[in-house]
Amino acid sequence: MTALLARLAASRLLWPLVMLAVLLIIDVIAVPGFFSITVRDGNLYGSLIDILRNGAPTLIVAIGMTLVIATRGIDLSVGAVAAISGAVACSILLGSPDPGNPATVAVAIVVALLISLVLGVWNGFLVAVLGIQPIIATLILMTAGRGVAMLITEGQILTVTSPPFKALGSGFWFGIPVAVYIAAIVFAVAATLTRRTALGMMIEAVGINPEASRQAGIRARGLLFAVYTFSAVCAAVAGLILTANTMAADANNAALFIELDAILAVVIGGTSLAGGRYSLAGTLVGALVIQTLVTTVYTVGIPPIATMVFKAAVVTVVCLLQSPTTNQALASFRRSLAVRAGKGVASAS
Amino acid sequence: MTTFTSDQTPASAPPTLPAPGPARKPAGIGARVRDAFTSPKYGPVLVTAVLFVAVFVAGGIRYPGFLSGQVLLNLFVDNAYLIVLAVGMTFVILTGGIDLSVGAVVALSTMIAASLLQAGLPPAVVIPLILLATSVLGLLVGLMIHYFKVQPFIATLAAMFLARGLCYVISQSSIAISDPAFIALAVSRIPLGGTMSITWSVVIAVIVVVIAVWMLHRTRFGRTVYAIGGGEQSGMLMGLPVARTKVLVYVVSGFCSGLSGVLFTFYTLSGYPLTAIGTELDAIAAVVIGGTLLAGGYGFVLGSVLGVLVLGIIQTIISFEGTLSSWWTKIFIGVLLLVFIALQRVLTARRR
Repeated sequence: MTALLARLAASRLLWPLVMLAVLLIIDVIAVPGFFSITVRDGNLYGSLIDILRNGAPTLIVAIGMTLVIATRGIDLSVGAVAAISGAVACSILLGSPDPGNPATVAVAIVVALLISLVLGVWNGFLVAVLGIQPIIATLILMTAGRGVAMLITEGQILTVTSPPFKALGSGFWFGIPVAVYIAAIVFAVAATLTRRTALGMMIEAVGINPEASRQAGIRARGLLFAVYTFSAVCAAVAGLILTANTMAADANNAALFIELDAILAVVIGGTSLAGGRYSLAGTLVGALVIQTLVTTVYTVGIPPIATMVFKAAVVTVVCLLQSPTTNQALASFRRSLAVRAGKGVASAS
Repeated sequence: MTTFTSDQTPASAPPTLPAPGPARKPAGIGARVRDAFTSPKYGPVLVTAVLFVAVFVAGGIRYPGFLSGQVLLNLFVDNAYLIVLAVGMTFVILTGGIDLSVGAVVALSTMIAASLLQAGLPPAVVIPLILLATSVLGLLVGLMIHYFKVQPFIATLAAMFLARGLCYVISQSSIAISDPAFIALAVSRIPLGGTMSITWSVVIAVIVVVIAVWMLHRTRFGRTVYAIGGGEQSGMLMGLPVARTKVLVYVVSGFCSGLSGVLFTFYTLSGYPLTAIGTELDAIAAVVIGGTLLAGGYGFVLGSVLGVLVLGIIQTIISFEGTLSSWWTKIFIGVLLLVFIALQRVLTARRR
């Protein structure tokens, strides 16, 4: 038990977990029944389930973002890609005679994912082949992508009625929201692919020192293509869930600022924007912190207008706690405590 | 490292690259021009300048009345706030940082201006107050970045949330400005002979640009900014005031954002919490199109001004075209960004 605690204290996940716990405790104090989960029609309902379900899109985007950031990159285009995938799916459903048919929905989803694949390859091409800085390379798609999404929807907000598609966003399967399953699958795929094989280590190597990893025989170009494509597909999946939630494709506002939330989740999870080591578990915690934050704002009754100020405060606190300066100060404080305790023991004996 | 002239800091002169550029090989004009265009320092700016002129001439051929002085001046009138914003962003990017908060700070300034003017305070009090507030915000961000080693992307993201959130706290709806002195300053035009005229915003923007150029090229502070971008560690070892400078560039950016917000208020004569969303990306795009390297160390304020003008001329062309839908603007700017960056890559890559 103490070993586990010691490992936790040394872990980069300590502060995000503390933050998550603090937020949840605040919630419980504000609303004593916060943790209660009720079963209605065989489906689970409750604030915790809401956090998981509403946090799923951010988490999915953040998983893709983690791998991109691990290569010392960044993907600003995820919001635009999500908007495009939603627009594509909705326009296909609208164009078909039978939008409620599962086969039509499957076609819409597959086409949306294939298009995101192309967009991801495009980002990968700019970064890996042309050697453009990732922030600028993906800024191009971020700016142009919303325009493309508006081109697809012709400037309208497309609304569709299709029960199978709706299930993606608000459906349940064995009592648990479908979106949670999707997020779990994406997480499992990313974790298995990168942590059960050498892939993750190679991604980290590229992030730490591209030149050295090239000389060690790692083909950085292919890896970069892979991570940007994976990120775009993740974004598209998130976009589909968000679109299915509202059953409307809004090219301008769908998944707005999701890139910032995703990057924030990654950073709160302890992955450095400078590339190199990454932690998918950290990203999971980070995404949960962000979603819990939003829920807390509503639960505690902070006026919604102050949400962003509250968010800024939490982000600042987490970043300052994780900062090397703070950690050094804490470490020296702990050492001085230990020294004093040691002296106490010595004098007692 | 091209920013140090040998007489000022002899010890710092890099061993391998003394005075790059045309001076090394006295050759014909053609070779000199090619050298200038492919140098990492001047090349991107020159490419942008040439493309700007090309777009302007192309517009003149396609649309009657395009090739006039007032169209050119209107680029400044409409984008004065963006020029000031891009100047501040240039300082930050030259050190290798980034400031995502500028758009939200512009919105915050419009809100402070509108609400304080509504409360009856005179502009002579309100404007300095805004500049002070945004500079302090910049200072806090700078301290967080330097002393707590928070990545600039994240620290300024937090500042963006804070500024945007404060906008909503001040008011959730638009506040109109009715202060006569403020309106007079905003709408009065300065005739430049003929039918041409500019606004006071343009004058302020030009003054900011001149001061920024002077600061970057004629002061210790400016040289340190370039040195940090070239290599923070080296700058530190050379005994340059790295800490102070790194914090100060965010103060400069905060100040510029505040001033830009004031100019934006001149333009809209109201405060609105949702205004200027995404403006930080316009500013970053302008700086990059203007040839400043995001990694820091290379770039010019005048390049960023040119970048703003390029973004402005695209908007102008789209409004002259008239039939293009608004979403084409976004696609256009994206494509243009790509063209510029690809060109810069190709030209500077050939040199290596």
